Amino acid sequence: MPMMLPTHHILPLTHLRRLRMLTEKGRVLVRSGQTVEATDIIAEAPAPGQHLLLDVRKALGVQRVTDAERLIERRVGEQVEKGDILAQTRGLFSRILRAPVPGRIAAIYKGQILLEVASQPYRLLAGLPGRVAEVFPERGAIVETHGALIQGVWGNRQSNNGVLTMLAETPDAPLKPEVLDLTLRGSVIVGGICYQPEALKMAAEIPVRGIILGSLSAPLLPLAASLNLPVILLEGVGQIPINRLAFQLLNTNQKRDVYLLATWNPRLSEKPEIVIPLPADGKAPEEAVEITVGQTVRLALPPYAGNIGKVIQPHTSWLQRSGQRLPAAEIELENTQRVTVPLFNLEIIA
Amino acid sequence: MSSSVIEAESVLAVDIGSVFTRALLFDVVEERYRMIAATQVSSTIGAPFFDISESIFQALTRLEEITGRRLMEEAHLLLPTQEDGSGVDRFVLTFSAGQPLRVVAMGLLEDVSLASARKVLESTYCQIVEQISLNDRRKPEAQIDAILRARPDLVLIAGGTDQGATRSMAKLVDLLALALQLMPAENRPEVLYAGNSAITKQVSDRLEPYMRPHTVPNLRPDIDLENLIPAQEALSEIVYQRRSHQIGGLQSYSMISAITPQPSLRAFGRMIQFLEKITNAPQGVLGIDLGSATTGIAMARGGTLTMQALPIGTGFGLAKALEQNPLESITRWLPMHASDETVRDYLWHRTLYPTTVPTSLEYQAIEQAMLRQILAQVATRVAPDEGMYGFEPILVSGYALTQATSPAQSLLALLDGLQPIGVTTFILDPYGLLTALGAIAPLNPTLVVQVLESNALVNLGTVIAPLSPAQYGTPILKVRYELESGETSSVEVRQGMLVPLPIPNGQRARLHLQPLRPLRLSPTGKDTARSFKVTGGLLGAVIDARGRPITLPTDSARRRDLLKRWMATLGG
Repeated sequence: MPMMLPTHHILPLTHLRRLRMLTEKGRVLVRSGQTVEATDIIAEAPAPGQHLLLDVRKALGVQRVTDAERLIERRVGEQVEKGDILAQTRGLFSRILRAPVPGRIAAIYKGQILLEVASQPYRLLAGLPGRVAEVFPERGAIVETHGALIQGVWGNRQSNNGVLTMLAETPDAPLKPEVLDLTLRGSVIVGGICYQPEALKMAAEIPVRGIILGSLSAPLLPLAASLNLPVILLEGVGQIPINRLAFQLLNTNQKRDVYLLATWNPRLSEKPEIVIPLPADGKAPEEAVEITVGQTVRLALPPYAGNIGKVIQPHTSWLQRSGQRLPAAEIELENTQRVTVPLFNLEIIA
Repeated sequence: MSSSVIEAESVLAVDIGSVFTRALLFDVVEERYRMIAATQVSSTIGAPFFDISESIFQALTRLEEITGRRLMEEAHLLLPTQEDGSGVDRFVLTFSAGQPLRVVAMGLLEDVSLASARKVLESTYCQIVEQISLNDRRKPEAQIDAILRARPDLVLIAGGTDQGATRSMAKLVDLLALALQLMPAENRPEVLYAGNSAITKQVSDRLEPYMRPHTVPNLRPDIDLENLIPAQEALSEIVYQRRSHQIGGLQSYSMISAITPQPSLRAFGRMIQFLEKITNAPQGVLGIDLGSATTGIAMARGGTLTMQALPIGTGFGLAKALEQNPLESITRWLPMHASDETVRDYLWHRTLYPTTVPTSLEYQAIEQAMLRQILAQVATRVAPDEGMYGFEPILVSGYALTQATSPAQSLLALLDGLQPIGVTTFILDPYGLLTALGAIAPLNPTLVVQVLESNALVNLGTVIAPLSPAQYGTPILKVRYELESGETSSVEVRQGMLVPLPIPNGQRARLHLQPLRPLRLSPTGKDTARSFKVTGGLLGAVIDARGRPITLPTDSARRRDLLKRWMATLGG
C-alpha cells in the first residue's frame, strides 16, 4: 500500500485558492471574477447585538398581558430611534413607554418588548489580494492568487499585511527589543527565535503589521496569542531556528508586500500561511503525496525539529525502542547526518 | 456446533479517532468467533481530505493485505459476505473525532439539577460554554445575550422534580424560546429537555415554533434520585447528528452501518458495564481510554455505569492538560535531568504536532511524565475522596499506554499516575477491542463473549498495593505464592518497596498474604481474602508497597535514582 504523507508548503510560486466563508448565513458582497484587495469585504452577516427587555405591563401599569400587548404600537422587525413611542395607554393622562436607545424590535412576548441594540455586522475580509474564483451565495467565496506560500505551525488567528522586513540575519537570530524602532511601522518583521516578552510588546507598540518567527518560548505563547497583530510561528515552540528553505524564500522576497493569515485549526490540519503575491502564474500545490526516495521533507519533533532532509529510504515497518513497529523513513539531513524517523514525524515539502 | 455459529456472521468494526482510524475484523474460526485482524491508519477528517472515507479505504486495504481476504470492490465495502468469501456481513462505526459539542446547560439549582446535567454532559464529548440557573443574578436580557454569544450546538434543560416547580421551569423555557427566536433557523441548537416531566408537553409546545426539542424522562425525578441513562442515550444520538454535519463521510457510512454510529466512549462504557456484570466484581470495573483529544473514563460498580469524557489527552488534548497541571507536577516524574524550560517548550511544541511520536529517550521520558499527571487527573475524577481502592480489573485503551510504551513502562505509569490501593489487575487493550465489541454487543452478544475469551486483551499483571502507616524500610508483609507446578516462593515486603512476583504469563498462582504490620487493602480496612488466586500477566504480579500518595524525595538526584530503580525493578 502506498504510504501517503501530508505536505507542508514552502513554495516560491504557486496558485492559491482560499475559501473565505461566513459561519452563518449572510450577504456576499463580491461577484465571480472580481478583483479584490486584502481589506475588501467578501461578505457580511448580522452579529448578535445586545438586547434590552422592556416590560410593558410594568411601564404602563397594566395588569394583564393581553392588555399590555394591545397597547404596543410597534411590530417585530421595526427599527426605532431613541425616544420613539413603543407603547402607550390611552386617555387624558396617558403613560408612555419610549425606546431608551435606537434599535430593532427583535421580539414581543408576554407583554414584553425585546429591543435589539444596533450592532456592527460581522465583516469577512478577503485577507489577500486576488480574484474571486467562485461565489457561494449567502456564505462567501473562493479568492485565488499567485505567489509564494510559506506555511507555519501556529498562529494567533489575526490577519494583516505589510512590507516584509528581515530582522534575522541568520535563521536562529533572536528577536530582541533593541533592534525594533519606529521605522518598522507598517512592516511585517521576521525574527529567528524569541524568548523576550519585551520584544513582542515593543513590536505591538510601534506597531508593526505582523511578526514571523521560527519559534517562541512557551511562556510567551499567551502574550503572542493576545496581540492585535498577526503572529506566525514557522517551526514551533522553544528555540528552533527557521528552516533553511523558508528562510531563503523570505530573504529573497524582502521589501515585497506580504500577507499573513494566522488562522489555524490543528484538528482540521489547517495551518497559518504567509502569502507573497507575485506577477506570475504558478501551479496548484499538492496536499498529500506518496513518500518516495529523494523527496524533501521537514522533521517535526526535537531533536530534529526545524530540520530539512532528503528521503533516502522509506520503511514500511521500523522497530521502535518501545518494541512497537511503525512506518518510517531514513532521512539525510542537510548536515549529511542520517537518521531514521517515523513517518508520523515527517511532512513532505511541496 | 452452537446455534450462534450456525448463524455466524463476520463483522467489521471501524472507530474514527481524531488521530487514528482503527479497523477490526471478526469472523468464526474453528467454530468460535475471533478477532481475525486489526489495523490502524491516520485519520483523514482534516486537510487535505476532510472525509473519513479515505482513512477507511486505507484501513480496509491494509486489512486485505493482512488477511488476503477481499473486502472492497471499486473502493466500496462489500456487504454482505459474497459466495467466494469476500466482504463482510455487518459493519459498525464508532467515532471520537470532531469538535466537542458546545452546550448551554439550563437548570433550577446549581447543586441539584445542574449537577445532574453536568454528569450527563460529561459522559460524552461536550463542552459547557454557558450555564443559567435560578442563582444567576444577570438580567433576563443578559442571559439571552449570553445564550446567543455562546453559539451552542445543544441546550440541555434540567430542573424540577416530577412533583416540583413548574413556574420557574416555564420561565427558563420562555427565556430559551426568546433566544431561539432571535437565531437564524439554520443556526438554532438542538434542545434536550430532561426536567420536570409534568410540563414536558408544555415545553414542546412552547419551543416547537422554532425547533423540535428532544424530550426524555426527568433526570432528577426526585431530589434523591438520578435517572441519567435516558438523557445520556438521547445525547449520544444528538452528538452523532451534529458530528455527521461536521465530519465528512460520516453520514454516508451510517447508511451501511448496522447501528447508528455511536460515540466511542459510549461503546467502551457498554463493555465495561458488561464486564462488571459477567465478572460480578464487587469492587467495580474501571476502563480508561486515553485518547489524543479526550480521556474517557467508564466506571461500573454495583450495576451502575458512570462515564466521563475529560477534555485532556496526549495529542489534541495536551494543551488543556498542560494548562491544568503545574510544571513541577510533571517534572517530578523525570528519571533524568531536564530543565524546566526544555520540558515546557517540548510539551507545548508537541501540542502543535498531535500526531507525532517521540523517538529520543529524553522526550519519551517527558511524555511519560505527562502521562502520569493525566492519569492522576483520572484518579481524582474516579475517586475524589477515598483513594483508588481496588477496581478489579482496570482496563486501559489508547495508543500512548498500549503501543507507544513497553509493558513495564505502561504498568509503572499506571501505578504512579493512578496510585491504586488494594488488589487490582491491569489489562491493556492495544487494538481498541473494547470499543469495537461495545458497538457490536447489541447485534451479536455471542461474538462479544467468545472474542473476550480468546485472549485478545493483554494482562499486564495483578498489583497488590497495601496501605500501611509503617516507616520506610519496615517489613510490613510476607507474601507466599504457589504456582500450578507446585513450586512455592516467598518474599518479605518492606514499606516503600516495589516487588515483582515472577509468576509466568498466563499461569495461575495462589497468593498468601501475611501482614507483619497493620495494613489495609480495602477502604473499610476489613480485608477479607488474605489468600487468593491470581493469573500471571506479562509482568507476573507486583506488590506495590510505596505508600499512598507516593512520596518522592525532594532531592533531585535521589528522586531520579529512585525512579530509575523502580523502572529497573519492573524490568523496563
